Amino acid sequence: MTATLVKETSPPPAGAVARARRTRRRGRIVAVLFAFPALLLLGALVVYPVLFSIGRSFFDASGTRFVGGENYTEMFRDPATVKAVRNTAIWVVVAPALLTGLGLILAVLVEKVRWATAFKLLLFMPMAVSFLAAGIIFRLAYDEDPDKGVLNAAVVSVHDAFKGTSPYPTARARDGHGLKAEPDGSYRTTATVSPGDLVTLGLVGVPPKDLPAGAEPASPAAGRTAAPNELSGVVYLDFTPGGGGEQGKVDPRESGLPQTQVEAVGDDGTTVARTTTASDGSFRFTGLDSGSYTVKLPASNFAQPYGGVSWLGPALVTPAIIGAYLWIWTGFAMVLIGAGLAALPRDALEAARIDGANEWQIFRRITVPLLSPVLTVVFVTLVINVMKVFDLVYIIAPGPVQEDATVLATQMWLVSFGGGNNQGLGSALGVLLLLLVVPAMVINVRRFRGSQR
Amino acid sequence: MNAVRRGLGNGLVQAFLVVIGLIWVTPLAGLFLSSLRSAEDTAEGGWWTVFAGPAQLSFDNYSALLKNTGMTQAFWNTVLISVPTTVLVVVLAALAGYAFAWLDFPGRDSVFLVVVALLVVPVQIGLLPVAKLFGQLGLFGTIPGVVLFHVAYGLPFAVFLLRNYFAEMPKEMLEAARMDGGTEWRIFTRLVLPVGRPAIASLAIFQFLWVWNDMLVALLFADSSSQPLTVQLQSQIRQFGSNIDVLAPGAFLSLVVPVAVFFAFQRHFVQGVMAGSVK
Repeated sequence: MTATLVKETSPPPAGAVARARRTRRRGRIVAVLFAFPALLLLGALVVYPVLFSIGRSFFDASGTRFVGGENYTEMFRDPATVKAVRNTAIWVVVAPALLTGLGLILAVLVEKVRWATAFKLLLFMPMAVSFLAAGIIFRLAYDEDPDKGVLNAAVVSVHDAFKGTSPYPTARARDGHGLKAEPDGSYRTTATVSPGDLVTLGLVGVPPKDLPAGAEPASPAAGRTAAPNELSGVVYLDFTPGGGGEQGKVDPRESGLPQTQVEAVGDDGTTVARTTTASDGSFRFTGLDSGSYTVKLPASNFAQPYGGVSWLGPALVTPAIIGAYLWIWTGFAMVLIGAGLAALPRDALEAARIDGANEWQIFRRITVPLLSPVLTVVFVTLVINVMKVFDLVYIIAPGPVQEDATVLATQMWLVSFGGGNNQGLGSALGVLLLLLVVPAMVINVRRFRGSQR
Repeated sequence: MNAVRRGLGNGLVQAFLVVIGLIWVTPLAGLFLSSLRSAEDTAEGGWWTVFAGPAQLSFDNYSALLKNTGMTQAFWNTVLISVPTTVLVVVLAALAGYAFAWLDFPGRDSVFLVVVALLVVPVQIGLLPVAKLFGQLGLFGTIPGVVLFHVAYGLPFAVFLLRNYFAEMPKEMLEAARMDGGTEWRIFTRLVLPVGRPAIASLAIFQFLWVWNDMLVALLFADSSSQPLTVQLQSQIRQFGSNIDVLAPGAFLSLVVPVAVFFAFQRHFVQGVMAGSVK
């Protein structure tokens, strides 16, 4: 293709005398030959398809029947498409504003450190990464299992640091061995006990590998006798590794369950004392009034572990994908705004400093107003790009959540090619996407004509 | 006192930026470390557990990937799509850009305004009509088809960029060359192209990355024998979770080329992005 072009555009050897008119006509032909290949492709693959799509959007799914504006009204009736319109609106409202704001803040702050260049490079680098790779990166980071997704691993460890973890989420008591389950998930002794008694509370369902390090056999503590004024006992794993042992008895090799919370509950149902078991599972309450009590293992011992946040569930999937988008585009906003910042008149800033304005006032009253043209360019660019977002949504949203995350571009794809097979509605969605960027088109043309005068 | 306060403020700024930097590095580090772990290790726990036992890292996943003919074929397809596209866009846009800047032909300025208007046309609107067209021409599912589509949708920005750059050249320079009897072709190759090198470099890098990273266009226009790496990986997303030992190294492989290009030509890249910020 390039080779034939070279031959065509090579002008014939220049004659010694050439008439002005002929030269001009030849000049025009040469000019057209220069521009022709690009214009041919633009005409055939961009302009013609736009016109075709507009026309096609007025026909039904198979393209045989003219339906007028039906596809356009269908767009706002079909729940999936309505969802796509709404999600695109969320994207357009949230992402460009966040990005411009974050870019502005970072552009101002990064000028204050010596490693500004390295920082800018780092934040800008994701611009070179494909949406697909970014999608896989974030699909990994957002994984709901805290053993796979780094974000939930962080959330869970912060949660556990503040709220604590329950020691034995899987433990339960066997029926008929002195403990009964309460509706709230706790266990309570069936018989009442008094100071001077020793109770043994056997639990099962704790895999040996889940026992805390340092757990000791419970039988020595179970063999002791309680002092007259104290209520004591032992919480143990009623399971002998390798078999043997008797249910409901503390057998020699059975382990205590350390760190279990134990409560003594009085006749009237109020908790009068609480403690935590030692490494052999033993506990004791001293100084209790004589009377009858029950011993309770509160539900907090058995609470299910906190699983983190369902980032890619229906509720959070769009914010989560917008988060991935921020990772990619923040560098762009920061670098562009940074370039605008570097071009600001130093005098205005200096004058304000000399007048005693503080950094915040300078930022609010001088930097931001002077930067507003750059901020507008960044914002508009982002709006245009956000409207067309496709790959990230397509990759990050897991199959079943796809319909909750869908945006115009993915919906257009699904309707036209991904099973929907309604090319009338698909074309109408494409035209809607085009209509949404028409204002940007007008701005570009105006700006260009302005610059030519 | 003031100095102390400023020092403290600066410390806070530094700390804030370090945190942001860590947030930016972590997902990427996660991908890389995941790509070095076996499927069994990944099933056991997250990539951050390697800091407890780094011995479990190896390049085995990558050597498995290189033995996977689907993957290597897809990698070559990516090269075969992005390199010709870049060359074609640069050549066609340079020719047209020169014509729009310095040659006279009827309707030149109005045609150029159409090109400016085409800058923001979404790719989506072309998918269906061009698919039909390519189907008739036998280009559907082939690498030349994917290339042509990319070239067409890369051209508005490319022509816009180069035309504006060429238009900045001093008029006297061109007139002098014409007076010396240089043909337009000669002026174009000997004068305009060398002068336009910085803009052409930015354009080439930007265009290359754009096509290398594309998924949408290839998803429609390429079939299983012509699909690039992005589409090949996308087709395995459905089993996400069980195949991280394939997806993670594949994704890393697909991003290592553009990131290397980015670091090698960062100056041009930044200029290209800035020039393209209307797109």
